[in-house]
Amino acid sequence: MQLLHLAILSPFLFAFIIPFLAKYAKRVHTGWFVLILPVLLFIYFLPMIRMTQSGETLRSVLEWIPSLGINFTVYIDGLGLLFALLITGIGSLVTLYSIFYLSKEKEQLGPFYVYLLMFMGAMLGVVLVDNVMVLYMFWELTSLSSFLLIGYWYKRDKSRYGAAKSLLITVSGGLCMLGGFILLYLITDSFSIREMVHQVQLIADHELFIPAMILILLGAFTKSAQFPFYIWLPDAMEAPTPVSAYLHSATMVKAGIYVIARFSPIFAFSAQWFWIVSLVGLFTMVWGSFHAVKQTDLKSILAFSTVSQLGMIISMLGVSAAALHYGHTEYYTVAAMAAIFHLINHATFKGSLFMAVGIIDHETGTRDIRKLGGLMAIMPITFTISLIGTFSMAGLPPFNGFLSKEMFFTSMLRVTHFDLFNVQTWGVLFPLFAWIGSVFTFIYSMKLLFKTFRGNYQPEQLEKQAHEAPIGMLIPPVILVALAVSLFFFPNILSYSLIEPAMNSIYPTLLADHEKFHVHISQWHGVTTELLMTAGIVVIGTIGYLSLNKWKGIYKLFPSKLTLNRLYDKLLTLMEKGSYRVTKQYMTGFLRDYLLYIFAGFIILIGGAFAIKGGFSFKTEGMAKIGVYEIILTLVMISATVATVFARSRLTAIIALGVVGYTLALFFVIFRAPDLALTQLVIETISVALFLLCFYHLPKLRLKTKTRTFRMTNFIISLGVGIIVTLLGIASSSQRTKDSIASFFVKHSHDLGGGDNVVNVILVDFRGFDTMFEITVLTIAALGIYSMIKTKVKEEGKSGE
Amino acid sequence: MRQQKTNDIILQTATKLVSFIILLFSFYLFLAGHNAPGGGFVGGLITSSAIVLLLLAFDLKTVKSILPVNFIYVAAVGLLIAIATGAGSFLFGAPFLTHTFGHFHLPVLGNTELATATLFDLGVYLVVVGVTMTIIQTIGEEE
Repeated sequence: MQLLHLAILSPFLFAFIIPFLAKYAKRVHTGWFVLILPVLLFIYFLPMIRMTQSGETLRSVLEWIPSLGINFTVYIDGLGLLFALLITGIGSLVTLYSIFYLSKEKEQLGPFYVYLLMFMGAMLGVVLVDNVMVLYMFWELTSLSSFLLIGYWYKRDKSRYGAAKSLLITVSGGLCMLGGFILLYLITDSFSIREMVHQVQLIADHELFIPAMILILLGAFTKSAQFPFYIWLPDAMEAPTPVSAYLHSATMVKAGIYVIARFSPIFAFSAQWFWIVSLVGLFTMVWGSFHAVKQTDLKSILAFSTVSQLGMIISMLGVSAAALHYGHTEYYTVAAMAAIFHLINHATFKGSLFMAVGIIDHETGTRDIRKLGGLMAIMPITFTISLIGTFSMAGLPPFNGFLSKEMFFTSMLRVTHFDLFNVQTWGVLFPLFAWIGSVFTFIYSMKLLFKTFRGNYQPEQLEKQAHEAPIGMLIPPVILVALAVSLFFFPNILSYSLIEPAMNSIYPTLLADHEKFHVHISQWHGVTTELLMTAGIVVIGTIGYLSLNKWKGIYKLFPSKLTLNRLYDKLLTLMEKGSYRVTKQYMTGFLRDYLLYIFAGFIILIGGAFAIKGGFSFKTEGMAKIGVYEIILTLVMISATVATVFARSRLTAIIALGVVGYTLALFFVIFRAPDLALTQLVIETISVALFLLCFYHLPKLRLKTKTRTFRMTNFIISLGVGIIVTLLGIASSSQRTKDSIASFFVKHSHDLGGGDNVVNVILVDFRGFDTMFEITVLTIAALGIYSMIKTKVKEEGKSGE
Repeated sequence: MRQQKTNDIILQTATKLVSFIILLFSFYLFLAGHNAPGGGFVGGLITSSAIVLLLLAFDLKTVKSILPVNFIYVAAVGLLIAIATGAGSFLFGAPFLTHTFGHFHLPVLGNTELATATLFDLGVYLVVVGVTMTIIQTIGEEE
């Protein structure tokens, strides 16, 4: 184990101490202890930038299940490091924020920080491991810890609902992804992502290429809340705000983006990847931003906004596939560059916005936009934070969102010039969709800001007297917005330190040695189409925002019965009720129905196998002659059997059954089995006596109550079983391939067993083991009867007292 | 159920005679089992049928006073004997349930074959007697 492995596992190890700290060091807020870890990890990961910058990577193997090729392989390249820095960096800020957000007295801090650390470790594992199975393990750990965090206030119905929903959706996606990983393993015979990238040609030609791609994309889309799987994210807003800021804006939802970026080198050659990824992303962007405008809850707006922004990043990743066909000129790689840049930007402004919303919630007692207003003068710092966050989100200068949005437009505009994947016909939709989505983004950003901070202050609507937040709660969002501003003015501190190495991971095969992608982000391009588009957004968006009340009606056009949430709920109840109904259909509680299934299954399986394999054969050779006695006995037996089945009274049936038994004994006599005949005679006598005893108290047979269909089914089933068993008997005796071992017993019964009665020697000597357990069975039966009757008497005696 | 005691003198007298013959026959079947039809299983069944005959001719209490045996113990002892016979082969380093036999010259019987398998069969015999009698007595005792 090296320091790297320890770094990934350290949150899990640290989580073990948290409960003790929460219990015994009550005077200090537990968060202060937790804060140390992400800060240390951030400091640990930061110097690695120098390594990835020069194009080097770090790989370290810790053997876990070497026989299966599953090893805890840490692999650090540009992309992994970027995510690791985001996770630890934002993790530190969120921990600091949560110290002031969560009350030491009222909340259970131990579980909260245990879950949070678990999540942090899992997330680090997802982005830094090279082995897909280990990646999947950490992936599910993020789902699990996120489930625990969303349900943190488990006494609320909505928290539980949201937690269950997110778990169901993300885990279904995760399982799909596992399927995809296994398919990739089947193709390449390796669990290592780097190995897979080396075998990209093999994968591309394989028939399992498309299934593997779609399964992995399903995992990424569910985790990153893409259409139509985004529905869990708005409900996950029931989590405490630090959780929403961390999981649902900066890290977990980007796990899907990470996977898409990580598997781009493997899948992005194909047209399917290009179309699926970019269209799903674009559509999600428009859909999310459109629905964000409608929301009245601050966190819901942010949730839909996150959905929309993730869609935007994913669409850029989809478009970036073009560079694999054209080469690494800046003209085609701009999409990847923009995706990574926006990923960072989104983490800064969305994190700060969530924290600002948390402050508003914390200090006023509500998140409902209709109750808020006029907070600008009361909470000036929060206002400044929100202003920078929302303007950056809307893509306005002088904030970093502007730069990435411009680059987004650039990449979308360039799609129209592609001449591959049949883009020519529909390519114009890309910038159009991007532009429409951005207009809505502008509108909801403005709504978020101005409805909260401008207008009239309504103290009577608020639960608390509104006031500015404590300084500790303000520091983390201030740091984030400071980043958002400084990244606008100095974007190029990122370009060769983080963005270029990350691009190198997305296009590992494009570059020759010592080549670098051209990454230069400039604030001013001159008057370009992109700038005009932004100007259009501002103009149309402002008009749209001001006239919001006039066109709000179009949301009512969407029938409330057809929403995806309704579909999800319906689907769940349908599945529950459906399975209940199906189970109720066949689990009737009647033994005779179950017997029917068993026998019908017997007929279908054995009969089917017989028919398919053509197993029937009939040979007359080796058959003995049929004598007169056999014929007579058979006739007796048949008539006794018929009498048993059609008997009107129980006594007749028992006697007829006795006749069958004694005839069988006679058969044993004429087939020369004296031991069997003796035993059969005595046993038949005893069992008939027992039958008589048992049925003495029972009522008369009620044949009339049974319906005709019931009797017909029984008849058919019994006929089927009889025919099948008969056929089986004939076929197996006609196809005997080897001699019986009976000759051995006959030969050696005297000299090995010391007896002349072969049957008895077999029973007690050659195969005494069977006999021993048969007598055990008998003893158990006797004990069973004894205890059944005796304990029943005792219980009755007790109740009588 | 029975209101009045009937006089079953013929049945009872016949039973006193016949049951001994049946017992002897069952004992014969048990011993002869190794070389002729018979054995522990049939022997046990017929022994219990002799006792059942006694039960039919007399009543439960009488038979219990004649045979003051708890038949569950009989079954248990039978199982023990069977297992002990099987495990006895361990003493000679042989696998479980390895049987052996030999011819001995006994004072009265002359040249006799003795086999460990007979001991195992004795276990079977006792189990069968114990089990059948337990079942019949338990059901019979129930009012």
